Amino acid sequence: MDKDWPLYEVFVRGKRGLNHVHVGSLRAPDDTMALRNARDLYTRRNEGVSIWVVPARDITASSPDEKDPFFAPSGDKVYRHPTFYDIPENVPHI
Amino acid sequence: MAPSTGTAEARAAEPQGEAAHFERTVARDQRIEPRDWMPDAYRATMVRQIAQHAHSEIIGMQPEGVWITRAPSLRRKAILLAKVQDEAGHGLYLYSAAETLGADRSELTAKLISGRQKYSSIFNYPTLTFADVGVIGWLVDGAAICNQVPLCRSSYGPYARAMIRICKEESFHQRQGYELLMTLMRGTDAQREMVQDAVNRWWWPSLMMFGPPDADSTHTAQSMAWKIKRHTNDELRQRFVDMSVPQADALGVTLPDPDLRWNAERGHHDFGEIDWSELKRVISGDGPCNAERVAVRRAAHEDGAWVREAAAAHAAKQEAR
Repeated sequence: MDKDWPLYEVFVRGKRGLNHVHVGSLRAPDDTMALRNARDLYTRRNEGVSIWVVPARDITASSPDEKDPFFAPSGDKVYRHPTFYDIPENVPHI
Repeated sequence: MAPSTGTAEARAAEPQGEAAHFERTVARDQRIEPRDWMPDAYRATMVRQIAQHAHSEIIGMQPEGVWITRAPSLRRKAILLAKVQDEAGHGLYLYSAAETLGADRSELTAKLISGRQKYSSIFNYPTLTFADVGVIGWLVDGAAICNQVPLCRSSYGPYARAMIRICKEESFHQRQGYELLMTLMRGTDAQREMVQDAVNRWWWPSLMMFGPPDADSTHTAQSMAWKIKRHTNDELRQRFVDMSVPQADALGVTLPDPDLRWNAERGHHDFGEIDWSELKRVISGDGPCNAERVAVRRAAHEDGAWVREAAAAHAAKQEAR
């Protein structure tokens, strides 16, 4: 039954030069069917030139519960941003 | 990339905890995402709304689907086929969004075919002539667009993203319907009468698509507070009437409402009283086609069981090799 069909997450490359972007999910019995279903479901109007399907169970995600501490290392490093540095107005191209 | 805003002190001053974080996210017009904490009632409301919406798309394939084999030309057949395929796609985007909330897809289908979950009342009306296909595109999909455009900013991320995708496709649906009607209106007297008859039958049910009046709407206040909904039923209905009047004029049909007239003071059209008892009747299962719609969906599900089983068996065999 469809209950046993695994969930796949679908990623589409909109056109050459762009990253694959997550567009949604679907259920399919196997990888091949997932790819075909993804084509019919998410690219009916030339929305993509390449599709990835990934079984949802194989994705490792950060947990929202540890959101603050998990992303904390980047929070206090303002010196990683170009705006941290004062450069005189008369210095060009920087 | 800007450095993160809000100092540590400012963050410390804010109320802490999951509920506060949820309220703050909604208040800032940010999206709630699947693994975020959310109130149980918010989750239940979203599942109910998304499922009902998904069911509507799936059941919505039927009234027009029956005309595919009888469409008058290859062009109209191809268009209608593409449109009905889109409805299936919309249903699947939405079931996928419902699953991010922990809903089980096969359980949702089970609820639909056992009559435990509802779908839009509009699909319980029959499509008597090919003009109905045009009027559904123009009025029914037009009303759906009115309803759905604000939902693209709904507070639940996966739902809002599905709605963006759906709205892009609905525009084709509405335009093909209007074009179909324009073609009929350029035809014979009998064809023009057919269009007017279809408009007469679909106008009032289309207005009912926006749901009960605000005073009687049980979910509106909470849904507005959670930014699931952005406008009330009556606001959207008014917007739809104002949009439709000039379109009806351009088409050369009369909207079947003697009380419909421009009100300069309000800057909107006034319109007649809707027969709410009819909406109640259709929602509670006593519309012209309720039983047929659910029976067709149930038969499709049951007749397709062997395909699902065969595909699963094939996948299991391939994996074992």
